[in-house]
Amino acid sequence: MKKKKAESAWPDELHALLADAGVRQVAIVPDAGHARLIKLCEKDQTMRVVRLTSEQEGVALLAGAWLGGDKGVLLMQSSGVGNCINMLAMSIACQFPLLMLVTMRGDHGEFNPAQVPMGNATQAVLEAMGVLVKRADSVAELPEMASGALRLAFNTFRPVALLIGQRLLGAKDFRKLTKSVSE
Amino acid sequence: MSNKLRRREVVETLLAGRGDALVVAGLGAPSWDITHAGDHALNFPLWGAMGGAAMVGLGLALAQPKKRVLVITGDGEMLMGLGSLATIAVQRPRNLAIVVLDNERYGETGMQETHTAHGVDLAGMARAAGIAQTLRVNTPAGVSRLKRLIYAGKGALFAQVKVDAEKLPLVLPPRDGALLKNRFRAALLGPDAAHQ
Repeated sequence: MKKKKAESAWPDELHALLADAGVRQVAIVPDAGHARLIKLCEKDQTMRVVRLTSEQEGVALLAGAWLGGDKGVLLMQSSGVGNCINMLAMSIACQFPLLMLVTMRGDHGEFNPAQVPMGNATQAVLEAMGVLVKRADSVAELPEMASGALRLAFNTFRPVALLIGQRLLGAKDFRKLTKSVSE
Repeated sequence: MSNKLRRREVVETLLAGRGDALVVAGLGAPSWDITHAGDHALNFPLWGAMGGAAMVGLGLALAQPKKRVLVITGDGEMLMGLGSLATIAVQRPRNLAIVVLDNERYGETGMQETHTAHGVDLAGMARAAGIAQTLRVNTPAGVSRLKRLIYAGKGALFAQVKVDAEKLPLVLPPRDGALLKNRFRAALLGPDAAHQ
């Protein structure tokens, strides 16, 4: 029980990190892995959560935010990385700071074959665009990795993606979900 | 020459006496149009990011709620970012205006027709998304009314301005994105912006 409680606290630590850094605009396409962090940001009066129809909107939104003096963060799952690729050219060309917290699919223990190609390509395509990619695969290392990614993005004016591995998040078992939605 | 509105006259009219309005332009002709009206530190012309102009405007409008934010873009650029109309409608930014200069063409690539040449109604899509004020403009009087609405700043506004598909000499803004960003931030936020 104690272990489970500690594991469930990482979204709270990420929220505290974002709040301390003065993040104002939180751009999201939801992912189960980000559900708690999204709720925490929605409750935070200092943050504006902006729901997107596609992740590339978030890259553009946060460029505008920085032009206006706001820090932001983009919360998304790895399948959305593919939607961002061309828009990231603006982040690179204009040296916009951009923090992307990417929960992985198609990773450790994946059930859904359709998630695998993009999940497997996520790091390579981000790096091909010039995005700095960091990765956390355990709860123990996540807050430190997130803090480092945030500082790297805003101190050095470049897009940085932190990939949050499925080993940390847990893979959804669709077979179980056919029996009960409460699991 | 058709009797349609001419894009550079429309943009000159909208930007004359702009005060401290913040202006984002979509790639291609709209960037040349705002530069033709006068290069300005508070212009952010896009050299790429197709489909992203309206969202850059939203991020800026949310960060600067007391400033008027004007996005000037083209029909092809807006068509690539239609989802952003829904995103903007949900956020209800009072200070954001999006003006689409609709020549029904991809002007930079050889004047190929866009969907608006075949009946796609951008203002109708913006209205259906829930943007508070939407209008279609095709006369000089309509442009004057649009200008009043833009600077009144009462709710998000989307305008589809039908313009002639004329091919004009390019008027280029600086193309170093970091320079465009840094001069915009310095003009808006002051010299401390470089130390944020």
